[in-house]
Amino acid sequence: MGKAPKKKNLADKVRKAKAASEIKNNPFEVKINRKKFDVLGRKSKHDVGLPGVSRSKAINKRKETLLKEYKQKNKSNKFIDRRLGEYDAKMTPEDKILQRFAIERQRSHGKRDVYNLNEEEELTHYGQSLAEIEKFNDTVGSDDESEEKGLLSAELTASHFGGGGGLLRKKTSGGEQEDEQGGQKAKSRQELIEELIQKSKQEKRERQVQKEEAQELTEKLDQDWKSIQALMVKKTPKAEHVDKPEEKAKPEEYDMMVRELGFEMKAQPSEKMKTPEELAKEEKEKLQKLEADRLRRMMGDEDGASVQSQVHMSADDLNDGFVLDKNDKKTLAYQDGKWNIEEETEDDKEEEGETGEEEGSEAEGENEEDDDDVEEEEEEGSGEDEDGHSDLESEQESENEENDEEEEASSSRQQQTLSREELKAQQEAAKAELPYTFTAPESYEDLKDLLHGHTPDNQRLIMARTQKCNHPSLAAGNKPKLQKLVGFLMEYMGELATRSPPELCTIDKLIPELYALCQMFPEAAGKSMQSILGDAAHSMEEAVEVKGHAAFPTLDMLVYLKVTALLFPTSDFRHPVTTPALLFISQTLTKCPVRSLQDLTSGLVLCCLAVEYVSFSKRFLPELINFLSGTLHLVVQDKASTGCMVVPPFRLSGKYSDLLVLSNSESCSSWSKKNLPLSATQQLELENDLNKDHYRLNCLSTCLDLVKRCCLLYKDLTSFTHIFQPIRTLLSKHLCSQMLPSPLQELHSEILDAISSASVTHTRLVFEKKKPIPLKLFTPKIVEVLDYGKKRGSTREEREKERLKHKYKKEFKGALREIRKDSRFLAREKLNEVMNRDAERKRKVKELLGSLATQEGEWKALKRKKRT
Amino acid sequence: MAPAKKRNVSSKANVKKIKIDLEGIVERILKSRKHANDVFDILEFLQSEKEKDITCAVDACCKLFCTFLKRKDLFIGKLPGEDEAIKGEHSPDEKYKIFMRHRYNNCVEILLEHLNHETHGVKESALCCLMKFAAGQGLHPLEDLDWSEHFSFPRELIQAVVHNILSQSSDNSLLISRFQEFLEMEDVRYYVMSSIRDNVATVMDKSKGVVLPVYQSNVFTLMLNINMPSQDSELTNFMVKQEAKHEDWKAAKLHDHKRAFERMWLGFLKYKLPNSMYKKVLVILHDSILPHMSKPTLMIDFLTAAYDVGGAISLLALNGLFVLIHQHNLDYPDFYKKLYNLLEPSVFHVKYRARFFHLANLFLSSSHLPVYLVAAFAKRLARLALTAPPTALLIVLPFIYNLIRRHPSCRVLIHKPSSEDELLEDPYVMKEVDPALCHALESSLWEIKTLQKHYHPDVAKAAMLINTPLSEQEDDISEVLEITSYELMERDLKPTESKSFPLEFETAAHLLERRGEVLGQHFCLA
Repeated sequence: MGKAPKKKNLADKVRKAKAASEIKNNPFEVKINRKKFDVLGRKSKHDVGLPGVSRSKAINKRKETLLKEYKQKNKSNKFIDRRLGEYDAKMTPEDKILQRFAIERQRSHGKRDVYNLNEEEELTHYGQSLAEIEKFNDTVGSDDESEEKGLLSAELTASHFGGGGGLLRKKTSGGEQEDEQGGQKAKSRQELIEELIQKSKQEKRERQVQKEEAQELTEKLDQDWKSIQALMVKKTPKAEHVDKPEEKAKPEEYDMMVRELGFEMKAQPSEKMKTPEELAKEEKEKLQKLEADRLRRMMGDEDGASVQSQVHMSADDLNDGFVLDKNDKKTLAYQDGKWNIEEETEDDKEEEGETGEEEGSEAEGENEEDDDDVEEEEEEGSGEDEDGHSDLESEQESENEENDEEEEASSSRQQQTLSREELKAQQEAAKAELPYTFTAPESYEDLKDLLHGHTPDNQRLIMARTQKCNHPSLAAGNKPKLQKLVGFLMEYMGELATRSPPELCTIDKLIPELYALCQMFPEAAGKSMQSILGDAAHSMEEAVEVKGHAAFPTLDMLVYLKVTALLFPTSDFRHPVTTPALLFISQTLTKCPVRSLQDLTSGLVLCCLAVEYVSFSKRFLPELINFLSGTLHLVVQDKASTGCMVVPPFRLSGKYSDLLVLSNSESCSSWSKKNLPLSATQQLELENDLNKDHYRLNCLSTCLDLVKRCCLLYKDLTSFTHIFQPIRTLLSKHLCSQMLPSPLQELHSEILDAISSASVTHTRLVFEKKKPIPLKLFTPKIVEVLDYGKKRGSTREEREKERLKHKYKKEFKGALREIRKDSRFLAREKLNEVMNRDAERKRKVKELLGSLATQEGEWKALKRKKRT
Repeated sequence: MAPAKKRNVSSKANVKKIKIDLEGIVERILKSRKHANDVFDILEFLQSEKEKDITCAVDACCKLFCTFLKRKDLFIGKLPGEDEAIKGEHSPDEKYKIFMRHRYNNCVEILLEHLNHETHGVKESALCCLMKFAAGQGLHPLEDLDWSEHFSFPRELIQAVVHNILSQSSDNSLLISRFQEFLEMEDVRYYVMSSIRDNVATVMDKSKGVVLPVYQSNVFTLMLNINMPSQDSELTNFMVKQEAKHEDWKAAKLHDHKRAFERMWLGFLKYKLPNSMYKKVLVILHDSILPHMSKPTLMIDFLTAAYDVGGAISLLALNGLFVLIHQHNLDYPDFYKKLYNLLEPSVFHVKYRARFFHLANLFLSSSHLPVYLVAAFAKRLARLALTAPPTALLIVLPFIYNLIRRHPSCRVLIHKPSSEDELLEDPYVMKEVDPALCHALESSLWEIKTLQKHYHPDVAKAAMLINTPLSEQEDDISEVLEITSYELMERDLKPTESKSFPLEFETAAHLLERRGEVLGQHFCLA
């Protein structure tokens, strides 16, 4: 916008020299730029050019600038005319004269009139005109201004801008008619406007009156509110906090109140209460989505891999891990005027198998009455930790907790000051009553000290509380602390498993905590599990390299593998944790020779894990089948006759190839299936042959069950029969069912049925049909272009770069052209100068010669005269 | 002076004293013949119980007799008996020499015995001393060099040393590695090789076909330590330099070295070997034995026998056979049939898997093989792949693909379009020994289809390749031959920036209670 008037000014100057219309109409002055295509709706600026005009413009400009500079060249002095507007081409000479005169007047006036009080001059106060202040005795706030702004009535606009619809016209014309009838003449425009101004002034006055009234009303309302507020405050849980300032009754009472009101939880639109059907539907949809996601990962589609981490997050997630998918389903709503949290807390606790359910259900309810009971609070603490994950709830929680926080804070301060020994002593002293806050352990030793000597349930509670006290949303440094805790907790589980006897129940109790932590920090959990697996695999690899075989992993590794399956999805096509875990299992099943019943138990545990890992994705695990068939081979008494191939780590014959052969066939009758303890992988004490036989039968039953599961898993594989061929021959020919107890006989026959029922025929392999390559077509490819002139197919930065480049080029060219024109102009000027100088000289010489000639002439004339 | 140095080293005053004593005795003996009888003192020490004493005595003996050999103070020629010499017509000078020669012989005997001493220190010093004697004897022979054909070399001494080193009761590998430095000398090596052959023949004949593990491992270690030169010009390092006709000396000719080497190995391999030894021999056969033999074809018998043994030994024999077939034009009947029968589930689990597949790849790279054979190999490998670990599968799958690429007529194995959707049972006969009769060509590689469901993503991806026509370019299997499962695992463990950790959405509350729990159905916590 700023450019346009300037141009106009330049043009004006030209117009002054010649009549503009004359030039424009002169066909010799006009150059028409030919258009190639006529584009509808496009305005072109340059369809007609006036080369003569523009050239003269340029020359004039140069004369004013360049020529002056040139003239000033090599001159140290210059004459500056300081008269007003001397160099201002815009001013007309009349203006110049006027202004100069005015300045002169001012100069003389300033000296004379210092003490001359003039009525016309304005008096101000604080930069504001006193007259103005007098007019509006009430200061106008910002709110009022906005009101005034909106005051642009139709009439006003109509009269000011002469526009407006026909309706308005009619009105005014109607008015005119009335006036006409009244015998008056039609008002002139001037009069009309004056009338309007009067009207608007009147309206303004009315508004002021209204505002005053409103202000009075507001004040009255405020007083009313104060009287009511005391009543209202008692009802809200924030009562105490509001009371305190009141008691003190400070002078800025009102301000404080206003500010507090700002923070007061406004009645937010809560989600509408959902019917059970809706809830169920939502739940189902969510599960379906997760399931679809799992399936996609199982198929190994890498495309969506980057998005999947966001799947669990809600849009307003702060990425502080405050969302648990399980708890997403909860909605915050009123139920008979109360929050509906209680019910869900109850549900949750039932799920978690938490003790003290009755208390838990009451806890939240009693909180409203500001209960200080320690026990209750404890319950609340653990309860909230589990369900306090949605944003709304956390708000509610924080509100409720504000009361407790002071107490908690003081106790945590105490906690921090205590040294480790004291902590220990305190723990022992207060075993029954656990503290409510825990600092997050900084090292593994800290964690061990923290959990040492507690019952499994208490250990779990401690972990839960630690997690809660150090929630990432509470302090900035909590996130890394908890991330470290994941690793420590895993290490601790490993240690629990290596103790003798292994404390598996404790591990069992700690699983939910680990799961919750893992959901918060998948990265940390994944990394620590990876390092555990990597270390185990590395040490096994080394053992294999040295000895050719390795020992079965210890119980902690088995537990880790199981925990991996609990924390991470095992069905993914490729997963950074589960894939190595599965590889580790397979490596173990191939490289570790079975030398005792313990080894065999470990092997079977691994087989169970392997089946679990692949049960959803139905992936083929050759090592599993090898191990199971090898195990069955151990049962066969007469090895030589079987003639079937045995895959390492099993051997056809040898010291340990009779591990599962029953020492006494009678023991079958007294056997009944019972679950083996996991600790049997480490140590096994079987006193007599009968016990040993029973253990063997247990192993066999596990093995057969696994075989059965495998049969069901793999029955769709094309090579199913070949995979199970060795097992089939073993079972049908060498492991007669008569020798086995009846439950095993059942399994036996089921397996054989499953194997024989599978189809043995297949269609031949053919390559996948390729998509036919479409023929080349000659119709042009039409791309819809919506925005002309814009380059597409590049990023913002690239486009910007292109634009700048283009601009630079244009500028560069323009500058070059200007420079050339300048130099041409200068050259012309120089030439002119030289020509002028020459002409002058010529003239002077001529003059001289002329004068000489006249002199000569005169002289000759004189001579002639003398002669004559 | 060496002894002076040693005195500083030995800390015990006692040892020092003995050392000084012995040095004194040696000096006295060397100074005048009057003290000749002091030799017995030294020999006594040589037979003492204490290790330190013996080493000191050995040093003393070494110094003493080497000087004698240099001075030619020992009797030269056929040695008369001790008693005879005293009675006989000999000058006192000669008598002295005869006496000393006998002491020398005694000393050598004792030293040879010491080669089987319990402590390594004694063994080593005895060996060094003996080799010094041998060097001395070579320079100053103790026999008359009457006839011109004779080359002076202490053959008997070397033979005796070898005989003692190759003990039947104790593992002498340390001593043998010490002995290796002497084997660098061409003449010593030559004579040691022939001595080994003689020794093996006598010892093994005596044992009558019974395996002697310790002895054979000693022999094997010694033979392994023999580094053969590859060119005539390399034969420069001699212990004894012959004055005359050095060029004609057998020990100076590479050809003779090769023959001796060959005869030594053949002599050794003729007898029954323990299984582990068999493998060791086969492992080194192709690069440290065959190239140094004058007629490598002589190994055919040994290799074919090994190839027929089966299992890992056959796999190892392949390498030697390959060298023979490839470089020496060996025509082996039914070679491929045997190779085909070598394919068993265990090939994927043995230590020499990489070597086997490397060779199998070489053997099957010929484009002149019949299609049925290649198809049989492919099908059998595919069948066996059903039991293989993932690292092996990553070798086998590209291997099979390479076979199909080389022999395009095998493509029917993975692509056989037929008009009607007939279902058929696999016509392939796994138990058939003859690849010609196993009907592999009529079958399809359904096993690979199965492996598309393999748990490891890399294997599954590799198996997916059969869904589309194979690319022209062969896969380079040498990259995957040595892959270990830990390396495979590391691929996933490596931290990459884009890696995310998808989580299980089913809540875990207990270790063993979950939907689809298998472990919990068979095992309990306590």
